[in-house]
Amino acid sequence: MSRNILVSALILGVFGFIGATLVAVTEFGTHERILENERQALLRQLYEIVPKEQVDNDILAHPLTVSARDALGQETSVIYVGEKGNQLSAMVFEATVPDGYSGPIRLLVGVDRNGVLLGTRVIAHKETPGLGDKIEKEKSDWILGFTGKSLTDPKLDRWKVKKDGGDFDQFTGATVTPRAVVNGVKRVLLYFDQQKDALYKEYLDKAKTNP
Amino acid sequence: MSTSYREIVNNGLWTNNQALVALLGLCPLLATSNTAINGLGLGLATTLVLVLSNTTVSLIRNLVRPEVRLPVFVLIIASFVTAVELSMNAWFHDLYKILGIFIPLIVTNCAIIGRAEAFASKNTVPKAALDGLMMGIGFAAVLFTLGATRELIGQGTLFSGAHLMFGEIARSWTVEIENYKGVLLAILPPGAFLGLGSLIAVKNWIDKSRKERVRKDIAVPGEEEAARAT
Repeated sequence: MSRNILVSALILGVFGFIGATLVAVTEFGTHERILENERQALLRQLYEIVPKEQVDNDILAHPLTVSARDALGQETSVIYVGEKGNQLSAMVFEATVPDGYSGPIRLLVGVDRNGVLLGTRVIAHKETPGLGDKIEKEKSDWILGFTGKSLTDPKLDRWKVKKDGGDFDQFTGATVTPRAVVNGVKRVLLYFDQQKDALYKEYLDKAKTNP
Repeated sequence: MSTSYREIVNNGLWTNNQALVALLGLCPLLATSNTAINGLGLGLATTLVLVLSNTTVSLIRNLVRPEVRLPVFVLIIASFVTAVELSMNAWFHDLYKILGIFIPLIVTNCAIIGRAEAFASKNTVPKAALDGLMMGIGFAAVLFTLGATRELIGQGTLFSGAHLMFGEIARSWTVEIENYKGVLLAILPPGAFLGLGSLIAVKNWIDKSRKERVRKDIAVPGEEEAARAT
């Protein structure tokens, strides 16, 4: 009887070992490629926002991790810093808008050194297909309307959708989604305005300590 | 007792289709069938896992004792799914990101352990492999059809995102109906249920009309004889 149990346990153990080996070998074979894929995918996203010719550093080399829940909507957010000629030229913020129509909307917001928007992209959302999903670049040009805007253009109290007396279009049948995105982008701009020097300094320190 | 190859093919593709008859694996089926390419991607991944797991289970069917066979099957399936997931992440990164959680969830697709237990553990390796392939193709075909239908009705396109799977050349494969707004319902979850329901209805209707035709074919010579006798 106890011999039976032992044999069964042994069989299970052997298969556990074989399975783990298979997974380990695959992981070993694909690890590098997956990392590279993720890097490339992120770079593609960043360069879609920040024009390549505005950056001459490795924008992924020293990302900053900050905790600014009120401004960026996440426990921790990553900020990518772009430089040109050893001067700050662009910052790309990860931000989450908590009040989308059906859950949070994740954004990438790129700002140049003067606080002018280089571009904004929605990277994840659960908005209604056909209505709220026009915030995606693939679905409509709406998100491109942010490019070139700043806290002075339009004025701060015009950073609203038209329905609320602001300057930004809403979509037919969907006001909540664009309202949330406009607010989210505005908060990032305000945060950049207050923190840019501190953030850039942190970046320089980081770059100096591990080049 | 043993099933012929012909029967295996028939069972997998039609008679015992895992999605339309056995109604297994509905969770990924309904969730990833919003476009043709998404459906095809998950269908092919599932097929690959089915072939691998069926073959392995059949190989070891005389080695493993009955009392530990289920945990061993689960181990095998889980290992293959993880391997397939890693490979997709490495070679079809964008598609992997779209299918997301549903690739690891292939583990929970009852069709796979179902075939391991009901077929592969009792049959020879070639038969088990063929069964896995056919069951997988049957499942993938339903996913693809459902995905294509929902995509076409819902957003008026076909094969959007084909480049995620077949590379940049495929970007031009997307077919688009001009000036078509799309029926939102088809893309939303209810559309998946309605679509699958319709597919099952169509299959049953085809089966029924086939059966009636067969019955008529048999009945006709009988009638002739009866006519001659009078």
